[in-house]
This record gives sequence, structure tokens and C-alpha cells, in this order.
Amino acid sequence: MASTLAHSLTIALAGNPNAGKTTLFNALTGLRQKVANYPGVTVERKTGHWQLNGGLADLIDLPGLYSLDATSLDEQIARNVITGEQKGVRRPDVVIAVVDATNLERNLYLVTQLFDYKVPVVVALTMIDAFEKQDHEINVPKLAKLLKTPVVAINAKSGRGIKELAKEVHLAAMGGAGDAPTFDEADEASGPHAKIFARYSFISKAVQESTRHNDTPKLRLSRKIDKVLTHKFFGLLILVAVLLVVFQAIFSWATVPMDLLEQGFGSLSALAKENLPPGVLTDLISDGIIAGVGGVVVFLPQILLLFLFISLLEDTGYMARAAFLMDKLMSNVGLHGKAFLPLVSSFACAIPGIMATRTIENRRDRFATIMVAPFMSCSARLPVYTLMIAAFFAGQTIFGFVSVAAVLMLAMYALGILVAVIVAFILKRTVLKSPPPPFLMELPEYRLPNLRTVIQNMLTRAWLFLKRAGTIILAISILLWALMYFPRDLSPAQPAPASVAQADAVETPPEDVIKESEQLKHSFAGKLGHTIEPVIAPLGFDWKIGVALIASFAAREVLVSTLSIIYNVGKDADAESTTLVSAIRDAKRDDGRAVWTPLTALTLMVFFVLAMQCMSTLAVVRRETNSWIWPIFMFSYMTVIAYTAAFLTYQGGRALGFE
Amino acid sequence: MAKQTTLNSLPIGTSARVTAVNGDSRITRRILEMGIIPGVSVQLIKSAPFNDPIEVSVRGYSLAMRRSEAAAIEVAV
Repeated sequence: MASTLAHSLTIALAGNPNAGKTTLFNALTGLRQKVANYPGVTVERKTGHWQLNGGLADLIDLPGLYSLDATSLDEQIARNVITGEQKGVRRPDVVIAVVDATNLERNLYLVTQLFDYKVPVVVALTMIDAFEKQDHEINVPKLAKLLKTPVVAINAKSGRGIKELAKEVHLAAMGGAGDAPTFDEADEASGPHAKIFARYSFISKAVQESTRHNDTPKLRLSRKIDKVLTHKFFGLLILVAVLLVVFQAIFSWATVPMDLLEQGFGSLSALAKENLPPGVLTDLISDGIIAGVGGVVVFLPQILLLFLFISLLEDTGYMARAAFLMDKLMSNVGLHGKAFLPLVSSFACAIPGIMATRTIENRRDRFATIMVAPFMSCSARLPVYTLMIAAFFAGQTIFGFVSVAAVLMLAMYALGILVAVIVAFILKRTVLKSPPPPFLMELPEYRLPNLRTVIQNMLTRAWLFLKRAGTIILAISILLWALMYFPRDLSPAQPAPASVAQADAVETPPEDVIKESEQLKHSFAGKLGHTIEPVIAPLGFDWKIGVALIASFAAREVLVSTLSIIYNVGKDADAESTTLVSAIRDAKRDDGRAVWTPLTALTLMVFFVLAMQCMSTLAVVRRETNSWIWPIFMFSYMTVIAYTAAFLTYQGGRALGFE
Repeated sequence: MAKQTTLNSLPIGTSARVTAVNGDSRITRRILEMGIIPGVSVQLIKSAPFNDPIEVSVRGYSLAMRRSEAAAIEVAV
């Protein structure tokens, strides 16, 4: 009897952020959990199974909440789940209210709101060990009596109280809602907030009667740590140091596994080519599918590392401090202090950066951050900058000692930041206009991170990326491959230079390289390059650059390999390849003028700083905003800005007398 | 005689008792829900590097808020 009941139970976990809800959820469900979005919105729905009294109960982890008054989307969804109005979610039989014992009064506020919904509530008291360590005492039975609700002191890590919690939940499910206090009699006529006051005066009394505080509290440890970590000078210094480590990790440590993955997929692709019968299908598998999957998986090291750091920073409580330190600076452009870390991460790659915006609760703040994140010059743009600088600005100096290369590099980063600031400023006053959302943010007590929570969070993010964004990225990769592969040029390679002639012409590239180049020129992508030539001609770009622009939509650094193919250098040339550099310098237009001049190179760099040349970013934006409108908007407005800036650069440069 | 002022103009380290929270916006409501209601005692702990936001101690926990938000909170020292 009991087990059949438990089997069909639905139980929701509700609680303030930082109350230990995730730790309890992980402890109850283990690895049997699922993360998805509630339909139509970006609020995450975390569910799992809890082995309860011999059966399996469905456990729903509600978003972290301070209140159920439905002023934010999270609160609205949470309320709908509790009332059973949320589509696809059964009305919970019991709500477990996770309450932080060290922060009892504010945590109990949500509990008094839960009472309004006539759903059986069981209070799980967390952080009880920390509370007792501070020499405070809590009379749990007394608190339960005052709240007229079962209260269980638990420790998810050690397992303390978990059995008792299961028992109380089971009893509550059978017993229904008790006679928990209500606050309906609070006279709303005496003021709009009378109910809030009534709740807090009830809470103050209950807490006073059930706890005994140590009279001479030692200065709390968190306060001591904050003397340094949020210090006006040292706090900023430490923040910079923390960011440097994060940056170093995703920019430099991640490249080791990324290179390995790239090599691995490269060999796999070659292996497929060698062992399968030659033909379209083999090319599809080897150059389309395997390369496409590789293009998705290659992001994993960066995502895993960034989320390892983000989880650590959040779990310890440092993330809130970073937002506290940076809010003034960020709010000047209309962004939240919490936008800082995602934006800095975007200098390595916008994809983990955009995924990291999840820490920003307000939707409009979050979307504004997502929209400007791709302006941060990511690592994929570096090969493009490097190639252009190597070809046209290498070794030059200003005043005899400042290298032009360094100045240009710095200018590209600065341009991206400047445009991001302007765009954020405009967005927050137009499409994402909203009254400034309250900054009001708890600075939680510092805590040692829970390794299990950290790792689980990291893996969940990586998995969500593979599942959601990965499929779109793969599909577009295959499409781009097809654009460059079809139609097949079946005629023999161009007026093939007789093999004897090759002996004296050292510069003549091998036959397969020429064939590859001819194939690309005659492909749909090649034709598309010709089609867009009139549009990009005012930027000084010819159709070959057009083809490279189309191909680099797969990833910005692909520009380098595409130019290599098109200029007959072979696709394996890298950004510093001397053959590629000289091929670029020697490229001629039909009328004999050089295609590339320092001005064209600069124009291309400006275009790459600002253009949305990255399908993977768009796929992630689609996933994170849960709509196609935002990625389309992002692509359109960034392309317009990039085109305009490139146009001004090229035409302005010509007007000033540069070629 | 208690001196009336607002939370954002308290000197750092000072404790005071909340006398009123002005306004009727979402922000006001959120301030109240976080436990800052008339009668409760608050302490201004510190301000961030650029003098804003500020850290306030209330009901045994730390809350960060912008000075513009704290200006709506009247206190008696």
C-alpha cells in the first residue's frame, strides 16, 4: 500500500538560492536527473527520481526563489508548478521547503508563502552544522510546533536526517495539508504590503522562541574574508587575478585537448577516406559528418573548463562578490554586474561565455549580455588577424619601436569592446528596454565547494551543449560542406601541366591541390562568392574573399584554410605560412591590380571583429534564448554593423589616398 | 533623539533601525520581501570599489544593493 503511494508521488523542492537545494536534490536523486526547459521559456526544469519508501517518487527542483509573488519568470513558473497550473507537470503532493538554518528569518519567508497554497509542506533545515558551530542552538521540535509543519534537520553530504525526511514526506503526502498558519487576515487596506509585514512578524516571533543565539558572536568568517576579497583595491586586484586564471584556462590550457581532438578527428576522417570506397558517400562521411562532429566536440574542453570555474566560483560564493565589485562599471552601460564574467570569457570563445549568462536572473539583462558577447574578439579571430598582419604589417614600427602588429591587435580588441558598449547602451534603451531591475543580491556565506555539485553542473552544461547546439552545428556543417562539394566537377583537372613541366616550375602546386581549388571555384559556394561580389566590392573584396567569407561561417579560422585552397596553397597552410602570405600578396584582380593591399587587409580585420561569422554561436543563442528570433536578430544587426564599419574603413581609406 | 536619514547616506559601519521603505514598485516589494521592513535593524558594512553598490547586514545575512535602491529606505540612527 505504502509503496504504491510512494510510486506515484510528485514532490517539489523549493528554497532560496544558496540554501543548499541543489546539494539536497543531487543527494536524493543521484545521477538519475534530467534537465530541460519549461515549454516556451528559458527557465530550467530539473527533475529526477527519489527512492522513497520502496517506490520511486518524481522530484522537481524548482528554480531558486526568494518569493512566490510572481514578479519574475522564475517565480511565476514555480508558482504554476505548485498550483498544478504548469502544463506537463503534475501538481506536487508535497513541497519540501529547503531552509538555511544560518539565515532562518529570510528563508522562512518563502515557507510562509508556501502555506498559502494549501499544499503539504515539509521543512528541510540545512546548514545546521554550521549554525551549531557558531554556538547557536535551535529547538527543531519547537520550530515545527510553531510552524505547525514538520521540520527535519538534514545534512545532504553526511546523510543526516535524510531517512527522517523521507518518512515525514511520506506522512505528509498521506495526511494532506495541515493547519499551517495563514496570513489572509492581514489587512491589505492598511497598506499594500501589510501581508509581508504580517509574515515577518510571525517569523520573528517563531525564530525568537525556537532559537538561542550566542550573545557574543565572533566576527563571521565571511566578513573577515570579505575584508580582503571585496576590498576597494585588493578586491579588484584579486578579481583580475581570478579572471586571468580562468582566461588562461580556456585560452591556453584548453588548446591542448582541443588540438588532440582536432588531430583525432582529422585522422578519423583520413581513415574513413582510406578504407571506404571513393565516392560522394565517403566524402560526406569523412569531410561532412566526421569533420562536423569534430567541429562540435572541439568546443567541449573550453565549455567544461569554464563551467568548472563558474561552478566553483558560484558554489564558494565568490561569484556574487565579483558582481558586487563590477556592478558600477557594468551598470554604466546598462548591464548587470554579473555580466562581467560571461563577457570576459567571450574573449576566449563566445559559446561558453553565452552559456555562462545563465547566472543573470533578469531576462532582459541576460539577453543584452548575450547580444554583445560575440563582439569580444574570440580566439578563432586570431588566425585571421595573424594572417593579415603577417601579410601586410609584419616588421613595421611606429616611431621606430612600437610594432604596428601589436597596435593593430590591440585596436581590434578595443574596437570590439567599444561597439559592444555602444550596442548594449542602445539595446537597453530600445528592444530590451526595462526599468533598471533591482540589483538586490545576497552575498552568501563563503563555503567550501561541493565537488559533486560542481562536477554535475559542469557535465550537465556540456551535455546540454552537445544535445541542443550540437545538432544545429552539425546540420549547418554538412550544409556548408555540400555547398563547397557540389556540383561535382567531373572534367579532368584543369589544363594539367604536363608532369615533365613540373620539374622546372618549382612553384607549380601539386595536381591534387589545383584540383581541390578548381572544385571549390566551381562549387555552389564559389558561385555564391560570385553572386555576392557586387555587394562586397565596395569593401574591396573580390569573389574569392566572398567564398572564404561564406566558408568561414562554419568557424572564423576556416577563412585561412579556405584562402589556402582557393590560392592553390593546399588546405593545410596555417596563418603564418609563407606560401600563403606570398600567394595573398601576389593575388591579382582581372584588371591586373592587386586584390590585397594593406587597406583591404585592415578592412577584412574590421569586418571580422564585428561580423557574426560563427554558426556555433548562433546555435547556442538559439538554445539559450529558446527562440529563432534572437539569433536572426543577432546575425542581422551584427552583419549590418560589420558591413558599415568595413565600408567606412575601405572607402575612408581610399578617400585619404590609400590604395 | 533619533536622527532620521536614508540608508544610502549612513556612514560605513553604522547601525540603524528602518522606519519606512518608500515607493510602490517591484523594487520596493523585493526590498521588503528580503526582510528590510520597518522596525528591523540594519548595518551598512561597506561600499564597492566605485562607491556603489553597498553591502548591508540585515537579519543576520549580507545583502548588496545599489545606492539608488538604498535611498528609498528611511532609517533612524
